[in-house]
Amino acid sequence: MKILRRSAIVALSVSMVGAVAFAGPDDDKLVIEGETIVTDVKAPAGSPLDHIYSGWRFRSDETQSLQTDDFENPAFAAIENAIAQFDTVDGKAGKSCADCHSITDFEGLRTQLPRWNEELGKPETLEMIINRSRTEHMQAEPWKWEAPEMLGMTAYIGLQSRGQPVDVDTEGPMAEWAAKGKELYYTRVGQLNMSCAQCHEANYGKMIRADHLSQGQVNGFPVYRLKWGGLGSSHRRFKGCMRNIRAEPYQPGSDEFIALELYVASRGEGLSVETPSVRN
Amino acid sequence: MASKPRVKVPKQAAAGEVITIKTLISHTMESGQRKDRKTGDLIPRKIINKFTCYFNDQEVFSADIDPAVSSNPYMEFSCKVPESGTFRFVWIDDDGSEYSTEKKITVQ
Amino acid sequence: MNMDRRQFVLTSAAAFAALSVNAVPAFAANGATADDRIKEFTGGAEIAEGRVTLNTPEIAENGNTVPISVEVDSPMTDDNYVQSIMVVADGNPNPEVVTFNFTTMSGVAAAKTRIRLAKTQNVIAVAKLSDGSFQMAKNEVKVTIGGCGG
Repeated sequence: MKILRRSAIVALSVSMVGAVAFAGPDDDKLVIEGETIVTDVKAPAGSPLDHIYSGWRFRSDETQSLQTDDFENPAFAAIENAIAQFDTVDGKAGKSCADCHSITDFEGLRTQLPRWNEELGKPETLEMIINRSRTEHMQAEPWKWEAPEMLGMTAYIGLQSRGQPVDVDTEGPMAEWAAKGKELYYTRVGQLNMSCAQCHEANYGKMIRADHLSQGQVNGFPVYRLKWGGLGSSHRRFKGCMRNIRAEPYQPGSDEFIALELYVASRGEGLSVETPSVRN
Repeated sequence: MASKPRVKVPKQAAAGEVITIKTLISHTMESGQRKDRKTGDLIPRKIINKFTCYFNDQEVFSADIDPAVSSNPYMEFSCKVPESGTFRFVWIDDDGSEYSTEKKITVQ
Repeated sequence: MNMDRRQFVLTSAAAFAALSVNAVPAFAANGATADDRIKEFTGGAEIAEGRVTLNTPEIAENGNTVPISVEVDSPMTDDNYVQSIMVVADGNPNPEVVTFNFTTMSGVAAAKTRIRLAKTQNVIAVAKLSDGSFQMAKNEVKVTIGGCGG
């Protein structure tokens, strides 16, 4: 008797049905150049999360180790350039950043961003602060949001706050913007009809294909992404995520992304600033 | 493009001690494999293809680099330091540009 | 990388899967294989194993930047040292990756760098010693295509 055998067709891209694999954040401790970096905190009352984890805790050992030493960290190549840029005269006013600032002036700044700017009537990000100085004080051309100079400089300035806890203001005039950011965070968009929360709140710790989902915090931006082979801003990351959901993304520097950056920063209150972080 | 190299060398060492040297330079390392999104043409290769470390003008270590080395190339290697002197690090781009930096070391 | 081809599927029961996707766009290749390059390097000589330590991650979180380190057990004296270590990757569009050249002033025959791997493949390190002999080590590195990007 002939026994007909049916052979299973093995597909290369696969979805596995079975027990939920909650890989969770790992237990590694982050110490950079002797300084302990806080990568998890109990969430404050009112937070939708129980516990807040830095994205560092979700990465492989090799990726994590790239951030532990300022000579291993590839972001510092761009920071070297920014250090030189800081002392370079640029613009019609014949000034360099160093003519008005010492880099240590910026200690703590990154922890508060985005912050309210009364004159502009909206919150400002570090990119906006830098360009304001460039155009008003240096009479120089503003830098594009993802220009190498901008990324290097936001990394260099952000570095001055490394190790300090994220502490953005969401009160007063900022409340409206934080609320807008929250709305964006929880609104489904795109052909795949997903919101930030679905991956980063409801499913962090799980695998999405071969990626280990984090909580999507912004305490380490600009981030050196191995995938980009370079630094990138939080707005670039937001944009890419939206594209993956097949939504029409907002633009870097847009009010929507400023609001989202503010709201996401507030979700990470208490984490240490890790700029410049290294992620996949 | 601005390529300011970043190099870590201990400031001091004992004679004959083997030290570790870490180097990093910002460079896109355009592999020649990527396509221009608009035209579909291949973006031409442009990489750092050679890195050399000299100590007091003598070659210590070098690397012949191909496009499979990641952007912002990182090189870590060792040197058995015989005496006090100066390290010179040289990176050469496909287009002939040279980037270099120096570090001094004191040997007791 | 071609973002358009990426299918984005989230299942709530997704377990960890190391994926190697072979659907890559046509690369500009020079036609040589890893074996060709190794033969060129050794002149066809026999290659022994056991003295080369090649450290690579088991799974590369991103194929763009994979840290590797290679070391050869050698006294690095004038009459007994490692001249070069050639690293090739047998699944990349072009197999050559980097060749490290040492001198007796190197102290140890060891180097680290970060490399690009297009997909899951073997990374092979071949060392040329001052006595004309060759040593090698070979590791498979799994390269995954992540789920989310931007």
